[in-house]
Amino acid sequence: MTNHYLSVEALKKAYPTSDGKAGTPVFDNIHFSIEKGEFVCIIGHSGCGKTTILNVLAGLEQASGGVVIMNGREVKGPSLDRGVVFQSHALMPWMSVLGNVAFAVKSKWPDWSKAKIAAHCTEYLEMVGLGHAIHKQPAELSGGMKQRVGIARAFAIQPKMLLLDEPFGALDALTRGTIQDELLKVVQATHQTVFMITHDVDEAILLADKVILMSNGPLAKVAEIVEITMPRNRTRAEMHHDPQYYRIRNHLVDFLVNRSKTYAGGGELEQYDPKHPPVVRPGLAAAPDAALPAETARPVPQLKKVVNQ
Amino acid sequence: MNKQLPYRAALLSLVLFACFIGIWQYATMPSDNVVVSAADAEYAALMGQGAGKAEGFPTPAAVGRTFVHFLSDPFYDNGPNDKGIGIQIAYSLMRVGAGFFLATLVALPLGFIIGMSPLMMRALNPFIQVLKPISPLAWMPLALYVLKDSDVSGIFVIFICSMWPMLLNTAFGVASVRRDWINVARTLEVGPLRKAFQVILPAAAPTILTGMRISMGIAWIVIVAAEMLVGGTGVGYFVWNEWNNLALPNVIFAITMIGLVGMLLDFAFGVLQKMVTYRD
Repeated sequence: MTNHYLSVEALKKAYPTSDGKAGTPVFDNIHFSIEKGEFVCIIGHSGCGKTTILNVLAGLEQASGGVVIMNGREVKGPSLDRGVVFQSHALMPWMSVLGNVAFAVKSKWPDWSKAKIAAHCTEYLEMVGLGHAIHKQPAELSGGMKQRVGIARAFAIQPKMLLLDEPFGALDALTRGTIQDELLKVVQATHQTVFMITHDVDEAILLADKVILMSNGPLAKVAEIVEITMPRNRTRAEMHHDPQYYRIRNHLVDFLVNRSKTYAGGGELEQYDPKHPPVVRPGLAAAPDAALPAETARPVPQLKKVVNQ
Repeated sequence: MNKQLPYRAALLSLVLFACFIGIWQYATMPSDNVVVSAADAEYAALMGQGAGKAEGFPTPAAVGRTFVHFLSDPFYDNGPNDKGIGIQIAYSLMRVGAGFFLATLVALPLGFIIGMSPLMMRALNPFIQVLKPISPLAWMPLALYVLKDSDVSGIFVIFICSMWPMLLNTAFGVASVRRDWINVARTLEVGPLRKAFQVILPAAAPTILTGMRISMGIAWIVIVAAEMLVGGTGVGYFVWNEWNNLALPNVIFAITMIGLVGMLLDFAFGVLQKMVTYRD
């Protein structure tokens, strides 16, 4: 069980109702694992407890049941081993950009000299393309730039694992694209282990090695684990030329639109085993699809229809 | 339009001030048939040369002369009952400063504790709610009895009245620090002291400074009343002394000074507040 880098076992969270009793669990019996260097995205509708799972991984919230084991140790509280990028950037407005990153770096390496900290921070800020803005105040930055500072801050402490809570949710599509590219570059260069919440199917396909699909809450569960089988060196510009892309995309969208509901509450599948949720590789669907017309001949309007539903 | 606004406002202020002086001048103009009541005449006789002072409400010109007289030598000291206004204000400021400083020493740490701990918040709330509405001057007899020194009692009264706004604002500011910032500190395993001084304090500083500004305003109001009671020195004592002398121009002068010093204090705290306010 513990041979995975991080494993989540039988995780459950129930919030007490107003009369003090334990309410229906948001999610129950959640099992999944993450390997070292893996990029895992989690997708699901609002209310399925994605953020709660992330907060439990971060140690910011206590689960009602189950454990998270990382590197052979149970996750009991927040730790410098796990860097978090918050949805709302969470920069401290009274510190400069450099000050915000330095605050984190100083927490990790309290003995470092000021010059060493500054050099280290500058390196990471340059990595996210903010070398020119290190002395600015957060209020002077655009939303995208703030989020990049948040990413630099999380990377700068060189955590064993990075947790991203829908980091690009509040950004416009163009900015989101550029930052995704930057994140991809940094992750590929550092082989960082990442767990990320997203609502954006394309983002998941671009970044992830595997995507955890959550069914709707309450009593949400891991419905499927989708392995993204496209080669790792994908880019935003080229990705959609890969025939696997549309198969994966359709699979994910179809899940979100049609199938996520049917999993809710009761068990749809008799053979569903929460400890081993089905692992699917829709990108490699060519073989079972052989009876169907060849993928290139697949009519495009039909694809569109599925996407737009 | 916007550039002109300050000038136009200043001009309007001047016009209003001129109107005020004009009405004052008109209201205090010596009429031809002065009706001096018997009592006034008798009082004037009793006072000997006091007749000039008892003439009625002073004219703007008389008050103006008083301003020039006092401000031309603000720091003279001719014994206990005759000190320059500068010295009197300095005494008052010293008391306010000492009481305020002591209140800060107590209110900020205590406010921090209350803000961080819901248990302490609930436990101390009844005391705060009972103590807060007590007029600071009501403490005076107890203070005089326990402390046995009028000067220290004055400082105590300032202490107790500065306490509450600072305490409550600090507690509120600390309790409402944005969750995200606390979480950032938690994930970075920041120690409690570093968290207090580098995250919570700067985050709550604008609210704390607002509390201090309110406290300072109250302290400056209360010191005048307290000094009227304990006597001896200070601008409050000066006002009461001049009232006993029936020297209304001096009273008006002192009132104006109290207002001006209060304004400067508030302005100073406004500057401090601006320094710790962050743009989000």
